[in-house]
Amino acid sequence: MADTTTGTTPLSATVATASAATFDVIVVGAGPAGSCAATVLARAGHRVALLERGAFPGAKNMYGGVIYPRILDRLHPQWWEQVPIQRWITRRSTMVMTETRALTIDFRSEAWGEPPYNGATAYRPDFDHWLADQAVAAGAHLLNATTAVGLLRDADQRIVGVRTDRPDGDLWASTVIACDGVNSFIAKEAGLHEELDPANYTLGVKETLALPRSVIEERFGVRDRHGVDIEILGGTSGVNGGGFLYTNLDTLAVGAVLKLPALAAQQTRPEEIIGRLKAHPAIAPLVEGGEIVEYSAHVIPEAGRSMMPTLTTDRLLVTGDAAAMCLAAGIWLEGVNFAMASGMAAGETVAEALASGDTSARGLGGYERRLRDSFVLADHDKLRRAPGLVLSDRVQHQYPEMITGVVERMFRVDNPEPKPGLRRILREERRAAGVRIRDLARDAWIGFRSFG
Amino acid sequence: MTLTNDGLWPEVSFEDRMSTVRFDIGERAHITVDSAVCGDCSTRECVVACPANLFVPTSDGGILFNYEQCFECGTCYMVCNREGAITWTYPDGGHGVVFKRT
Ligand SMILES: Cc1cc2nc3c(=O)[nH]c(=O)nc-3n(C[C@H](O)[C@H](O)[C@H](O)COP(=O)(O)OP(=O)(O)OC[C@H]3O[C@@H](n4cnc5c(N)ncnc54)[C@H](O)[C@@H]3O)c2cc1C
Ligand code: SF4
Ligand code: SF4
Repeated sequence: MADTTTGTTPLSATVATASAATFDVIVVGAGPAGSCAATVLARAGHRVALLERGAFPGAKNMYGGVIYPRILDRLHPQWWEQVPIQRWITRRSTMVMTETRALTIDFRSEAWGEPPYNGATAYRPDFDHWLADQAVAAGAHLLNATTAVGLLRDADQRIVGVRTDRPDGDLWASTVIACDGVNSFIAKEAGLHEELDPANYTLGVKETLALPRSVIEERFGVRDRHGVDIEILGGTSGVNGGGFLYTNLDTLAVGAVLKLPALAAQQTRPEEIIGRLKAHPAIAPLVEGGEIVEYSAHVIPEAGRSMMPTLTTDRLLVTGDAAAMCLAAGIWLEGVNFAMASGMAAGETVAEALASGDTSARGLGGYERRLRDSFVLADHDKLRRAPGLVLSDRVQHQYPEMITGVVERMFRVDNPEPKPGLRRILREERRAAGVRIRDLARDAWIGFRSFG
Repeated sequence: MTLTNDGLWPEVSFEDRMSTVRFDIGERAHITVDSAVCGDCSTRECVVACPANLFVPTSDGGILFNYEQCFECGTCYMVCNREGAITWTYPDGGHGVVFKRT
């Protein structure tokens, strides 16, 4: 396959001699985490192999998606002049819906449409490819179309490299960084993960819908390269999860994130759930006429802090989605920035460990320290109860009924009846939705502690 | 598979939906399903959950599986409750799904 992408070393040449197949570090996976780790290490002068099982970096990667690239300020100053984006997000809406109602909080900021920006929609095959090109420019050896199939160990059981699916494809190094995403077979083989619990994962499914650029700008009320991010609670046909709708330049991304056990325990298929979301009266006028140009799916590690593996062992570190560092807490769905930050921290730590000659778990201890000092673990620690709250039955099913019910009654003019007091509406709608005061108070407290 | 969209846009068949996705199909089946194990599974989590709809119940109570149009997402092995039903690996390097605009 195409291992001829710019900067790629053909593996057959690489492994002709043992020394050519020997690196300081092997980075498994050229997603956002792996490319950032490889860039840091290559710039520090180390010999880095960056393995990617796809024909090119990004070929296997799908997401919502909006990228928040500010973490790249250090690694790639003025990144916004180069990153292949679709639209800069200047309008962000959070929508709560039931079958017939929708309540939206809609925010706009012109500041988000100017450097250094806030978030941008981008296609991952474009973005990940660009980010990997930066690693190659820094001197990393990108090996495309190469799947790591296991770890190599010496007689003392020390990790000494990675076995790939290429003929003669063993690669040697004193340190391996697992940046292999949510399925994380490398970290699993190293024994870092606890037993798999499907309740910690969601399936993301999405349609990319083509529409003329002018139609998108008219429907979503934006101009130039500005764009809109809509996060949706309650639009997933009763399956715990969430919906999303984003604007690209001449396509829309519409999809759903679905909790695995909830999805598997009912009868509506993922693409039907997207179909119903698209047919909702609040969404249909926005997506109407859009032709599906790509259907895609990927799994998300959803449970945050509570599912994170051990992050380091002797001669191996785990980053990004492979370490469940994706932040999926309802109003936020961020993983690319967490992956990039953890990849950079892993790269810095390994560079330090190689300089001191100690890549044991102790020598790599700076990794977790760096993550604690950054947003990666700070956000996850603070929000550790948020994923459970957001995916709970009450937040998923009862609160949307209650909240939209309250707002409907507030704005409904029932003349000749006089307006009811807000307190009465709240009490009646809470009862109608079957919400107990005790649960409401507890959820409010968890929400306040997490988001406050 | 039809969608309940009240005629807002042309309904798209599942086949047409999958034809929007590029696959560079490898020779090796990267996922295999042991239909005999599926024989005593009544819950059939894979059938509703696989986004590519690759798990097809057969009349004799087994499962017919074809690896070719797979997203390599991992949903099936995560939701399946039976040890040994699914053998799951990634396709050989460079093969399988190739995303473009997602
Ligand atoms: C539906 C959905 C919506 C999302 N929305 C957003 C969003 O809007 N914003 C956001 O920031 N995040 C979002 N995320 C999360 C985000 O996509 C992830 O957190 C992020 O991609 C993690 O980056 P990573 O580098 O850790 O892993 P990945 O991006 O998964 O990269 C892993 C790489 O490793 C390669 N690989 C895996 N195994 C091997 C192997 N054995 N050998 C060689 N190569 C291998 C893969 O091909 C891949 O390129 C979303 C995710 C999904 C599924
Ligand atoms: S693959 Fe697993 S879930 Fe699916 S039918 Fe077989 S045993 Fe049941
Ligand atoms: S990996 Fe995903 S797409 Fe492939 S068979 Fe399993 S559930 Fe279906």
